[in-house]
Amino acid sequence: MTEMVTVKGLNKVYESTGRRVEAIGDITFAVARGEFACIVGPSGAGKTTLLKCLAGLLAPTAGEVRIDGTPVTGPPPGMAVVFQEYGRSLFPWKTVRQNIDLPLRQKKLPRDRREKLVTESLAAVGLADAGDSYSWQLSGGMQQRVAIARAIAYEPQVLLMDEPFAAVDAQTRADLEDLVRSLWRSLGITTLFVTHDIDEAVYLGERVLVLSASPTHVLDDVRIGLPADRDQVTSRSTPEFAALRARVHRGIQDAKAGRRGTGAAA
Amino acid sequence: MTALDTAPPGQAPPVTTPRPRGRRPRVAPFVGIAVAALIAEIVPRTGVIADGVLPPLSSVVAELVSEAGEATLWQALGRTLRTWAIGLTAAVVAGVAAGLLIGLVPVLRAVTASTVEFLRPIPSVALIPAVILIFGTDFESGVVLIVYAGFWQVLVQVLYGIQDVDPVTYDTARSYRFGLRARVLHVVWPTTLPFVFTGIRLAASVALVLAITGELVIGTPGIGQLISVAQSSGATTRMFALVLLTGLLGTLVNVGFRYAERAALGWHPSVRRSENAR
Ligand SMILES: Nc1ncnc2c1ncn2[C@@H]1O[C@H](COP(=O)(O)OP(=O)(O)OP(=O)(O)O)[C@@H](O)[C@H]1O
Ligand SMILES: [Mg+2]
Repeated sequence: MTEMVTVKGLNKVYESTGRRVEAIGDITFAVARGEFACIVGPSGAGKTTLLKCLAGLLAPTAGEVRIDGTPVTGPPPGMAVVFQEYGRSLFPWKTVRQNIDLPLRQKKLPRDRREKLVTESLAAVGLADAGDSYSWQLSGGMQQRVAIARAIAYEPQVLLMDEPFAAVDAQTRADLEDLVRSLWRSLGITTLFVTHDIDEAVYLGERVLVLSASPTHVLDDVRIGLPADRDQVTSRSTPEFAALRARVHRGIQDAKAGRRGTGAAA
Repeated sequence: MTALDTAPPGQAPPVTTPRPRGRRPRVAPFVGIAVAALIAEIVPRTGVIADGVLPPLSSVVAELVSEAGEATLWQALGRTLRTWAIGLTAAVVAGVAAGLLIGLVPVLRAVTASTVEFLRPIPSVALIPAVILIFGTDFESGVVLIVYAGFWQVLVQVLYGIQDVDPVTYDTARSYRFGLRARVLHVVWPTTLPFVFTGIRLAASVALVLAITGELVIGTPGIGQLISVAQSSGATTRMFALVLLTGLLGTLVNVGFRYAERAALGWHPSVRRSENAR
């Protein structure tokens, strides 16, 4: 398997007048092409910062990020990001359809192809009827789904998602989890998924990276050996699931307690 | 931005129901006008202020009505409005262009900050002598004054607008690899638009003041010049009739631009934001 996302010795320090925050201490990991990796870590661990460095929106202070072998110097092609502040990431002066369409226009796709992608992605997130609304006329959870629809319509090779299901109810959340997994399985999009929810991380990922509190490093790298066919009820009630969940949970507890982990890359 | 009428957001889409306009009869503004008119009618008659010089409102209005039948007034009005419109248009175009350029190029912003802060507060009227020296006493002088004053109003608003661009929205556009043109067109400009409108509205009022000031002081043909002539020839009632006209003009300009702003930005999030301020 080739590496799609490579992070080597990444360090990020925010510096503003009189304040210096080392958001990321030293992170090294790689995600293979087509892999689904979840990233968990305590609040303020630098997860968003990490994603922004991967997305070419922030320059690392030290270290290196490569996407598909190419060093990242700006937003790389073929990447879609679902931001944590989904509401602010939608263009309020555009309708839902236009929001999804606009990135496709930048890719210079023909009109009928764009229309098809917009319609399909809206249907996929269950918002087929909301296309002509403005984002501010939608609920928080609906806005989040629009942001997700925009990302999948873009047909990215790499998909970065920053706590994308934080604002939706349990049922919608389960549906979206299954949607993201089925998209991943059918399209083979390399996916990095940041979440606070350990269950979600274990259920979704083929791998879970546990980050320490800042200055951040990788505490644990757990391979999720569950079968590819997952089901909200049965998968979550298996002993394997419970064991994996417990392991990730311990990792997070260690992170909160400030213990430095093995930093091992499995 | 003031609160304007828009549909309450947060409802399930699609929102198409026309919103009912306030049907409440608005009496207060008319009471104010009536009281002011009454004072303007009574005080001159008592002779308390400048005995005999101040004509009562009724005769001023009568004079204005009779003036309206004369070509001179309309010609002067046309000239004043021409100066105003040309100056305002140039100021807005220059202010928007310069504002976008300065606002989008951090280096330019840093370099120009002190210059802007120094040049902006210079009152345009202080430049009248210099303007006469350079441009003479034709209407171009008035235009130059208006461009100078209006330019800063618009420029500063555009800069505020660009600062208001949401970093998350901007990052989104960047991550989807919007080019510079697309980022300006789809992110920066829509955010800046309400600020541009404010700038235009402010500039329009200032431009009217300067159009008339220019005519008064420089003597360029227009309403301002008519006022000055009426004053020096002792036609006090006529003078006040013209003053009343400038007042009406100013009100018209302000109301007109507010209406245009409302019509153009009813859909805009800034309008919405001010409506359900958290
Ligand atoms: N623009 C910034 N300037 C200065 N410091 C910042 C900036 N953005 C983030 N930080 C700091 O960097 C650290 C990591 O922030 P980050 O947003 O990456 O955390 P996170 O893991 O995404 O947290 P959460 O789970 O709450 O979203 C925090 O201490 C935060 O205060
Ligand atoms: Mg975050």
